[in-house]
Amino acid sequence: MQVPAPFTYERAGSVDEALSLLGRYGPEARLVAGGHSLLPMMKLRLARPEALVDINGLAELDYIRVDGDHLAIGAMTRHAAVLESPLLSEHYRIFAEAERVIADPLVRNRGTVGGSLCQADPSEDLSAVFAALRGEVVIRSTGGVRRVPMREFHVGPYETAVGDGEILVEVRVPIRTSVGSAYEKVERRAGDWSIAAAGAFVVLDGDRISDVGLGITAVGAEHFTCAEAEAALVGAQPDDEAVEAAAAICASSCNPTVDQRGPEDYKRHLVSVLVARALRRSIAVARVGSSRGVED
Amino acid sequence: MTATETPSPDTLTSPAGNPLGFGRMLRKEDARFVRGQGHYVDDLVLPGMLHGAILRSSYAHAKIVSIDTSAAEAHPKVKAVITGKTLEGLNLAWMPTLSGDVVAVLATDKVRFQGQEVAFVIAEDEYSARDALELIEVEYEPLPAVVDARHALDPDAPVIRDDLEGRTDNHIYDWEAGDAAACDEVFANAEVVVAEDMIYPRVHPAPMETCGAVAHMDKVTGKLTIWTTTQAPHAHRTIYALVAGLPEQKIQVISPDIGGGFGNKVGIYPGYVLAIVGSIVTGVPVKWVEDRSENLMSTSFARDYHMHGEIAATRDGKILGLRVNVLADHGAFNGVAQPTKFPAGFFHVFTGSYDYPAAHCKVTAVYTNKALGGVAYACSFRITEAVYLVERMVNCLAFELGMDPAELRMKNLLRPEQFPYTSPTGWVYDSGNYPRALEEAMRIAGYDELRAEQAKRREEAAKPGADPSAPLMGIGISFFTEAVGAGPRKHMDILGLGMADGCELRLHPTGKAQLRLSVQTQGQGHETTFAQIVSHVIGIPPEDIEVIHGDTDNTPFGLGTYGSRSTPVSGAAAAVAAQRVKEKAKVIAAAALECSVEDLEWEHGRWYVKGDHAAGKTMAEIAMAAHSSLELPEGVEGHLDASVVYNPPNLTYPFGAYICVVDVDPQTGAVKVRRFIAVDDCGPRINPMIVEGQVHGGLADGVGMALMEVIAFDSDGNNLGGSFMDYLLPTSMECPSWELGETVTPSPHHPIGVKGVGESATVGSPPAVVNAVLDALQIRAADMPFTPAVTWRALQGRPIRPDLAIE
Repeated sequence: MQVPAPFTYERAGSVDEALSLLGRYGPEARLVAGGHSLLPMMKLRLARPEALVDINGLAELDYIRVDGDHLAIGAMTRHAAVLESPLLSEHYRIFAEAERVIADPLVRNRGTVGGSLCQADPSEDLSAVFAALRGEVVIRSTGGVRRVPMREFHVGPYETAVGDGEILVEVRVPIRTSVGSAYEKVERRAGDWSIAAAGAFVVLDGDRISDVGLGITAVGAEHFTCAEAEAALVGAQPDDEAVEAAAAICASSCNPTVDQRGPEDYKRHLVSVLVARALRRSIAVARVGSSRGVED
Repeated sequence: MTATETPSPDTLTSPAGNPLGFGRMLRKEDARFVRGQGHYVDDLVLPGMLHGAILRSSYAHAKIVSIDTSAAEAHPKVKAVITGKTLEGLNLAWMPTLSGDVVAVLATDKVRFQGQEVAFVIAEDEYSARDALELIEVEYEPLPAVVDARHALDPDAPVIRDDLEGRTDNHIYDWEAGDAAACDEVFANAEVVVAEDMIYPRVHPAPMETCGAVAHMDKVTGKLTIWTTTQAPHAHRTIYALVAGLPEQKIQVISPDIGGGFGNKVGIYPGYVLAIVGSIVTGVPVKWVEDRSENLMSTSFARDYHMHGEIAATRDGKILGLRVNVLADHGAFNGVAQPTKFPAGFFHVFTGSYDYPAAHCKVTAVYTNKALGGVAYACSFRITEAVYLVERMVNCLAFELGMDPAELRMKNLLRPEQFPYTSPTGWVYDSGNYPRALEEAMRIAGYDELRAEQAKRREEAAKPGADPSAPLMGIGISFFTEAVGAGPRKHMDILGLGMADGCELRLHPTGKAQLRLSVQTQGQGHETTFAQIVSHVIGIPPEDIEVIHGDTDNTPFGLGTYGSRSTPVSGAAAAVAAQRVKEKAKVIAAAALECSVEDLEWEHGRWYVKGDHAAGKTMAEIAMAAHSSLELPEGVEGHLDASVVYNPPNLTYPFGAYICVVDVDPQTGAVKVRRFIAVDDCGPRINPMIVEGQVHGGLADGVGMALMEVIAFDSDGNNLGGSFMDYLLPTSMECPSWELGETVTPSPHHPIGVKGVGESATVGSPPAVVNAVLDALQIRAADMPFTPAVTWRALQGRPIRPDLAIE
């Protein structure tokens, strides 16, 4: 049996209590939500927190709701809830498409949105989804609340803007109309990390793309997106030429590492294929979307 | 379709609704397994028991300069730290392998693969034991590692086994089979010769339960009891006696419920020996259970064969000969578990299911800086590699000839009238009707319709403006012949122990029975299957027969369960024992009925007087009579039991025809298995449900090996498959709904005609998947596993070598 190094365990009953526990144990404390990434790393002794603050009791952070012109998702929302949410599916099918290929049902029942983002694995899927949608995260500390755009959230692999004594409590995504979205992923096996995955949303204004977002994971894309490709698409006609050009920009601008999932040339090629597919399907959905922007 | 009807007694049912013999019934063992009430080694808790953990090498090849255990020993919960030096004092630092080599129990001079055992900590609990591992300071002097087997014999390759006297290279052996000269002549004159290189990469059996042991040396009685994850408890007992010099009558090996073995649990691992040493040193029981990474990185791997095949044929597709050169990567120690006279296992059954006169193979085995093993993962002593070789070569030939691979196979399959058939490398196939099996698989698959669909899709794809993401459809066939049930004593032994199996059947006075076996189930349902064998012969209900195994003090000697040998060997032993009980019951029945033995006739479960059906005795009545004061004829002892040692006259040869249909995404390289049709012929099916379960598991293995499973190494010798995040096993998402069929060709030499099926699907399925993928890509060859990257690069004509780190 793989066993972790010694640590202290505390269970928080509220966000305030969790913050107080983080304050008490200092920088070597870690929050544990679903635990499906942190616990294996602890068992392999790659992570050695001195204290674990369990926030699974924080029902106050488990919600998916409309908040003004945004969708708000509580940090303790489980993957399974995102997958099954009619509200999210009504606005963005990218959520269900991404969740369907995240890990397996056991992990999705336990793993959380906030936990996934804060783990900040470079191959994580929701990072790409929220980057594509230009979401923002809400971070709380004893000093108050701050908001960080998703595209400034990741500081590096396994590193985020969430500082010591802070808790990510919510993720917010703007509601858009005439929008289509999609997620495409290739993995070696169900439950494996992506070799590469790409998500997109497209807003159409007549025969032009008026807004677009791209999310790319597992291949070292800066901030899990490709601003250059987005810029090339805005104002363009939603045709093969524009899609292929944007896909090519994504493929050349990402920084895939070579590993047993594939060599660099394959990963770049795969990015172009998946970005193009996600864009094409987003465009198709946006075209048939109703005036209030509900996906079909 | 069942070509031969199952024997009629099996249509009768017991009071519990089970067949009185062969037929579907729920597994007796599942009552505890589905309730989570199985009892495994790691469940065992003994008073005062301590816990061991192994420090392993992080280097693939390094000199050990020093080991400082003082900080670990100072840990408040640590009871002892054992190093190679400790073991040298006990003359236990090295132990023999099953292949005439030696392997370090704990490294003394060098470490030779990443994950090799370096020190053993014994502590009050397993957490403390693991914590203390980090306190041991080992100073290594790293050495260059031999990673690529193809360079193991280079003149400048580092010598791995400098512990062996006079070693100057990494060569282990050369071995050959078949007639090289006859082969050369056939090839020189053949109209068509096709050559191909292929790798059957290193994979791992990865049983759900890892390996472990609890050892208890009782200081007072001098008895060593070891509860351990072994597929071969009796072999382990004898080896412990030989290795450690312990008296064999004082060694009891208990193999409780085993969570999968697949060949991983045949050998003796250093951890087992360390648990024993730990118990001797501390005087209390010591438990050692490895973790997942330890299992993947240090215990018996499988395959790792680099093969160069050549096939000769006429232009119209008549195969004339097959020859092959193998470079076998055995890792740092030659620890292959197989019959002594067969260093390459049964690889030389590679001529397969076809009729041709000439064959030859040469196998060269080398040391590399990798873990040891080689025969595991349901491989039937390397028939997996053999079947892969021949089924790939036949497809390469079909590719070159432009022939349909089904037609080519049908043209060359052995015909029913050729059995018993002596192969060019000396195997005597017992029975078979191969064309019937292939026809049946093609019928279930709708083979002609599949080919028509494929042609239509290819036509569509060739049109201008065709969808570039349209899937490429591929159809792959594999026809395999297995050789299982090792084996005849005069040919087959392991460490000098002949491969015959003991078995004891005893009926208690009330007619309930106990069957004692030497083989050891690892989840495949022996408690049910063997009860059904006895029921089939003597007609008492399977629920009344308790199967006892996995305890050397309570079962007769035998070599264990691997190589699909349980039913062919111990199944025969059980059938013969039951037959003897039945005959003895006849004598007792005659005494009880006051008639002569010749006057009795058998109906299932009962002897009765000819012409007077009412005058008879059931087996239960006979059992009571056998234990009663009934006067028995001169020379007939009381009680009702039999003891058998079964020495198989030959191996059994199950076979099958498999067809796989895949769809490949040409842009991403992702492979989807659409359908898999498996027609197996393992002779009569004792419990068809268990047979189907075995086949299902093996087919999933095949999908796994063909599409994702591999242990590759980087240039420093780092294991790149050391966890389930890196070593991928297939899930239900990658497996289609299996479509099974059967034909039944009994073995003529087995008492109940059965042939064994435990490994058939694992052996037979990988080439079907690979042939399907390559058919989809319309290329002749590339190496598995076909991950998306490998498939895409193969399609680009720039294949990836699977056994090395991707660059």
